[in-house]
Amino acid sequence: MNFDKEFDASGLACPMPIVKTKKALADMASGQVLRVVATDPGSVCDMAAFAEQTGHALLEQGSEAGKFIFYLKKA
Amino acid sequence: MQNKKMALIATKGTLDMAYPPFILASTAASLGWTVQIFFTFYGLQLLRKNLDGIRISPLANPAMPMPVPMPVMVQMLPGMESMATMMMKNKMKSKGVASLQELRDVCLELEVKFVACQMTVDLFEFETSEFIKDVEYGGAATFMKFAGESDVCLFI
Repeated sequence: MNFDKEFDASGLACPMPIVKTKKALADMASGQVLRVVATDPGSVCDMAAFAEQTGHALLEQGSEAGKFIFYLKKA
Repeated sequence: MQNKKMALIATKGTLDMAYPPFILASTAASLGWTVQIFFTFYGLQLLRKNLDGIRISPLANPAMPMPVPMPVMVQMLPGMESMATMMMKNKMKSKGVASLQELRDVCLELEVKFVACQMTVDLFEFETSEFIKDVEYGGAATFMKFAGESDVCLFI
């Protein structure tokens, strides 16, 4: 999937993947796509909850080489 | 999106109990919530400019996982609290857990409001000059005003 920006949250534990994802989205334009890479297994549920509560769309999620990948479209 | 509100009361000043209010507050603020933390009793220690004094003790804390079983008589020895604190901080760092300082800074950056309980500040004769400047001072009525409008309200 194409994306406009990437944020690597590898190694970070709760709540920093969410806190820093919010920061990464802050300077993006509506409709742009952020790719987030995380190693925290909790981020799978957390990123979905973040998207649901903030209105950003979680376009796709999956895993690559033991890491969790998320594509968020800014609201 | 809806603007939800969360009101927290932070009453503890040990390393383990300092985390929940800052974690929940920074997360809720990241979700767009308006958050206020009321710091009272030992929770006031979390407002100090320097958080290095926040410690954890294995004593009277039987649920704390220890690398080796340690009799209570040993836990009482001088230096054990410092050692436990150092070990916990190292463990947290190795697991990617943010420092208290970092989490508190995030809270402030995301405009979490900190309110210190004036009564306990006076009770313990704390010098407010030792606290960070981003603090308002008030009492229970100040807390109730915000808590009454909140969606989530927790006592920690």
